[in-house]
Amino acid sequence: MTTDAGSATPLRILIADDNQTDRMILNAILTRQGHEVIMAEDGAQAVEAFEQQKPQMVLLDVLMPNMDGLEAARRIKAAAGEDLVPIIFLTSLSDAESLASCLEVGGDDFLSKPYNRVILRAKINAFQRMRDLHQSLQQERDRTDQRNHQMMREQALARRVFDNIADRGCLGAENIRFEASPMSIFNGDVLFASPKPSGGMHLFVGDFTGHGLPAAIGALPMSEIFYGMTAKGFAIGDILREINRKLRNILPTGFFCCAAMVDLNLRSGHAEVWNGGLPTAWILRHDGTQDELRSRHLPLGILSAERFSAACERHTLALGEHMLLATDGVIESSNSEGELFGEERAIAAINQRSGPYGGFECLREAVHRFGEGVVSEDDITILDLAMVPESALNTVEHEMLPDTGAGPEQWRLQYDLEDRTLAQFNPVPLLLHVCMDVPGLRLCSGDVYTIIGELFTNALEHGVLRLPSGLKDSPSGFTRYYSERERLLGQLANGWVSITLAHKPHEDGTGGTLLVTVADSGPGFDPGETASSLDHEQLSGRGIALVQTLCHDVRWNDTGNCVEAEYIWRAE
Amino acid sequence: MSITTERSGDGSELTIRIEGRFDFSSHQAFRHAYEGEGQGISQYVIDMRDTTYLDSSALGMLLLLRDYAGGEKADVRIVNCNGDVRRILTVSNFEQLFQIDD
Repeated sequence: MTTDAGSATPLRILIADDNQTDRMILNAILTRQGHEVIMAEDGAQAVEAFEQQKPQMVLLDVLMPNMDGLEAARRIKAAAGEDLVPIIFLTSLSDAESLASCLEVGGDDFLSKPYNRVILRAKINAFQRMRDLHQSLQQERDRTDQRNHQMMREQALARRVFDNIADRGCLGAENIRFEASPMSIFNGDVLFASPKPSGGMHLFVGDFTGHGLPAAIGALPMSEIFYGMTAKGFAIGDILREINRKLRNILPTGFFCCAAMVDLNLRSGHAEVWNGGLPTAWILRHDGTQDELRSRHLPLGILSAERFSAACERHTLALGEHMLLATDGVIESSNSEGELFGEERAIAAINQRSGPYGGFECLREAVHRFGEGVVSEDDITILDLAMVPESALNTVEHEMLPDTGAGPEQWRLQYDLEDRTLAQFNPVPLLLHVCMDVPGLRLCSGDVYTIIGELFTNALEHGVLRLPSGLKDSPSGFTRYYSERERLLGQLANGWVSITLAHKPHEDGTGGTLLVTVADSGPGFDPGETASSLDHEQLSGRGIALVQTLCHDVRWNDTGNCVEAEYIWRAE
Repeated sequence: MSITTERSGDGSELTIRIEGRFDFSSHQAFRHAYEGEGQGISQYVIDMRDTTYLDSSALGMLLLLRDYAGGEKADVRIVNCNGDVRRILTVSNFEQLFQIDD
């Protein structure tokens, strides 16, 4: 078979024409161009042939017996469904109305009799290009649909994983009200609450930039850090620093989390608040006014650890006063006219408040009323927390207490340092770390650091090195003291410091006793002779006095080269 | 441990920020931080937001700064202390010598 040059991929083409001569001419032209031809003599035959042989393109005469071309076109288009089957009408008609009706029933083009070979080929090629495009769009759409389904499945799965991690929170506590849609995490909002081992609670409201997976991915480690560190007794600043560090590591540039964190201290009636990029929150006062809690920091996940600041604002709340936090979904929710809710409307709503959770209810209702009939893009998270007496939360606090008793509680450790190691290595952080594994003791890390640190420094500098602390009586003396310390350490021989730590828990489970014993190779001294006091403005001699203030008892042996400090702590 | 400084726009206030443990190992860096700044400073701010602990020699260093800044007339504020740092300052009665802002 010879083919005309330039014809595209061969197609199966249906020709329907009651005129045999015209059929034969078209057949000849198309066959020569490489196409496979199916022929029908009237409309009814054409529809039947279409259904059976699925041609990719149809050439239809308008005027035919049994069923005319217009009706056949209608049925063929219906049978083709989503597939694009171009229909070209073959016609000798030339009045505009007849031609228009051909297109109205679903025809795509006309071809006038007598047939022009070149034009016919050009039209077939053009429609083939359109078919190809249509097909690739269809495939693309199907792929997208499929992906969408898969994503929904994965999100539901991720949601379950997330719930397993995050459901330990105390969002159900008496003093908390919140509004957060079930899937809001995939719109970037997170809400955590956890009781602190020392009483009170930590709360966290976050809003990731972007939606979907990046937000969900960031939320998982964030929740683990928040709940894990809170349960271990870490302070709000430590937790924020860790979350910031983690997010900065895992999130791509441009993704971050606007957040606010609150450390609610029920005993002292204080709240430490850190706001990085979240809209202004409010403290609702009894007198009907409100204090603003403005964003003072960049969101989490942007700044390097060196530049990140976890500085909090400290506020006092009277019993029954509330704090109200919200993500920007509230301020930015829009009504049917496209207006934004805005801060002014929020404040106006809050000012309508009455009753204990009035501020929360008024704001929530106002936002919902405002956005009625609008599908909201950004999800809305609102958190209300009240200052209540600690006793009001006892049940929640208790069942939430983390793994108490899981860590080492009763142990003894001796750590001896000699000569070169003594000169070069500071054992205090290591020993502090050991102590922090005692459940609950982390809350007293400052005290433990001071006790071990001061006793070790004392043993090393005044015991082993025999440096007189009186040297530190002026700026230059201070410097001389430390260069002398450096010099003596460099030539240290037969010097040692021995530190013994022993911990035992109290029987009622409310804390324990840490015994710190520090001995050194020095000749010893008379503690009564070396003045150590906190009342004067001397540059030195404060260390032992500090330890004495913190400890239940501090005693020296007779020679004065071994000191034992007993530190009693309570989990409060 | 690292110590950074920042002068206010008009140069009259010097902020010294201490990161990590504030102990004897910082004494030179800390002294340089204020002695190296030259004239014209009337207020000092010690920013402890990133200070984890401080020991008794750090207390001595704060007193040195106070002397340097004019003793009784010194204007030295200590800001953003964490609970542990704050406790040491309180136990040492430093509230009588410095303005401590939380």
